[in-house]
Amino acid sequence: MNYETLLIGLAGVLAAAAPIIFAVLGETISERAGVINLSMNGTILLTAMSGFAVAYTTDSLFWGFLAGMLIGALVSLVVAFASITLKQSQVAIGFVLALTSRDLAYFLGNPFMGVPGPRLQAMPIPFLSDIPILGPLFFKQEASTYISFLAIVLAWLWVFRTRPGLMLQGIGEKPAAAYIRGANVNFMRYVYTVVGGALIGLAGPTYSLGVRAGWMGTISGLDGIGWIALSITIFGGWNPARAAFGAYLFAFLQWLGLVLQPVLTQVPSQVLQVAPFPLMILTLLLVNIGDAEWVSRTLAAMPESARKFFTKFLRAMRASPPAALGVPFERD
Amino acid sequence: MLKSRLGGFVFQLIAFLLALGFVSLILLAVGASPFDAYKNMITGSVGSGRKFAEVLVSFVPLLLVTAGLLVTFSAGLWNIGVEGQIVLGAIGTTWVLRQFVESSVSPWLVISLAILGGMIVGAIWASFAGMLKTFGGVNEIFGGLGLNFVATALTLYLIFGPWKRDGVASMSGTEPFPEAFALPQLEGFRISPWALVIALVAVMIVYFILNGTYFGLKIIAVGKNIRAAYLLGIPTWQYSLYSFLICGALAGVAGALQVTAVYYRLIPAISSGYGYLGLMVAMLINYQAIWAVPVALFFAALNIGSIQLPIVMKLDSSLSGVLQGILVLFVLLTEGVRQKIVKKG
Repeated sequence: MNYETLLIGLAGVLAAAAPIIFAVLGETISERAGVINLSMNGTILLTAMSGFAVAYTTDSLFWGFLAGMLIGALVSLVVAFASITLKQSQVAIGFVLALTSRDLAYFLGNPFMGVPGPRLQAMPIPFLSDIPILGPLFFKQEASTYISFLAIVLAWLWVFRTRPGLMLQGIGEKPAAAYIRGANVNFMRYVYTVVGGALIGLAGPTYSLGVRAGWMGTISGLDGIGWIALSITIFGGWNPARAAFGAYLFAFLQWLGLVLQPVLTQVPSQVLQVAPFPLMILTLLLVNIGDAEWVSRTLAAMPESARKFFTKFLRAMRASPPAALGVPFERD
Repeated sequence: MLKSRLGGFVFQLIAFLLALGFVSLILLAVGASPFDAYKNMITGSVGSGRKFAEVLVSFVPLLLVTAGLLVTFSAGLWNIGVEGQIVLGAIGTTWVLRQFVESSVSPWLVISLAILGGMIVGAIWASFAGMLKTFGGVNEIFGGLGLNFVATALTLYLIFGPWKRDGVASMSGTEPFPEAFALPQLEGFRISPWALVIALVAVMIVYFILNGTYFGLKIIAVGKNIRAAYLLGIPTWQYSLYSFLICGALAGVAGALQVTAVYYRLIPAISSGYGYLGLMVAMLINYQAIWAVPVALFFAALNIGSIQLPIVMKLDSSLSGVLQGILVLFVLLTEGVRQKIVKKG
């Protein structure tokens, strides 16, 4: 592989990660506020289909993306209503919505299957795209990829550097304390769940109008991505920057799998295709295992140097969810 | 009134009507007649004995999976990995059958061993999700989902690799087994009464375990309040694992019957989404074993009834999934509304 194709490949990784970035940022914000939106896998499929269908019908990419955001917001509104107002299990409602939205996408998307439609074009930024290495890597992308860069920075700044962001952390960690400080906990949870849902709703059109243009029904290859994005959110430790890093890492590994396929002919292609999933389990294991009792016992029995190394490693991997994640808030 | 059983029933009826109304709106939106669609689904599922036999074919794995999930739900666990546990059951069964293709052992013994094999392999696969949960702290939803994708890949690998058909490997699956390895069917129908009996016995066993044994009581205690159960001296992680094993074993039997009573070989889509559908059934019946049979039968009928929609009405057959999902959604929502009203009153 020469230098040019490597650069193009890596630029492709940044573009391929864009929809996952939207999804993990949306989920991170929602979970920061205390609401798990488990419907993500279905939402991505439904918004991919509807984003494409709307863009195709109106011949406008803008309306396609807007439709995706609206539908993402709408699905998350159901999650919010069921879990915040009706105090039903977030997992149950999210899981049902994940399956239903997926089937709805296949059902409604039937007439749009395999139809050629509009798609995003690369939008090189003048001057910046001429910089060696950085130019072709970062500044010859599609609009959605630029927005994904921006979204990471904004989400991080919002959560960690603003007053409302501080309140957001509060309503996910200690809702009672946030309430005493004057936060309308349940209303803010609604807002963040719906905003997060709208962000997740950007992921679908980013696929169907860009990264994997078009709608192919069950063979779109998008089924499963939402579940991966959910685990990347956990890997990201509810920090937008670390979550984005997880998304890039995932896109990079997927690309690596594609590149290596012709080289590793003895590995069956089915194995490389599902490699992300065992990897996902492994990362979740590394993130969580530090809390297990038997691990601390094993660590205590280790020689000093090994113990220091493993403790350090596990502590770096570890991520604790917001304390009130999934717990309904009652005023009294 | 709302607190009573009748009140709950009224709300479920409302949920059912709302779901039907909502799906009708979706059908109208795509320019199809809801009336025709429902009529086609009814005639497509119970219109003839042959079609109803197909419903039963679909009912068997769904009921087995639902029965298993009732155990994990009772233990407070979301065993989404059940889909992969069906797959591994089918793989285990296929493996056992392959060992006997050339032999002269009695087919009855072979089939029994094969179903047992599927049961064991399904339980082992479930124990992976269980151990990830109990020893690794990995939420069973994510561990299970990951394992589901691995299971599918394993099936594809076997079909296109070591177990490929003579000549050319294809998505149509492995070489079909000799007829002697099939569970006998009713004359003229595709349904095997043996499979039906196994599924019904399974749900009765689960009902008995959960409602009539000390063991089941402990599983429920772990599910209701794991901390309290632990303080009462129940080894909670063991009971979590037991529930995974039982569910995996039953899902494994479902996979085994898919091979021995339906497809007679291993195919890529051997689990056909029954695992996820079983989760929906379990949610819809609010984890009460007594309702598993009628609701699983209803969902199976929707599945089969929608098969002819693409041909007759040019509608995608995923309509059944939409209807099932919307129904569960509205039942969850109306149940939430009912609880809210009861609390206020």
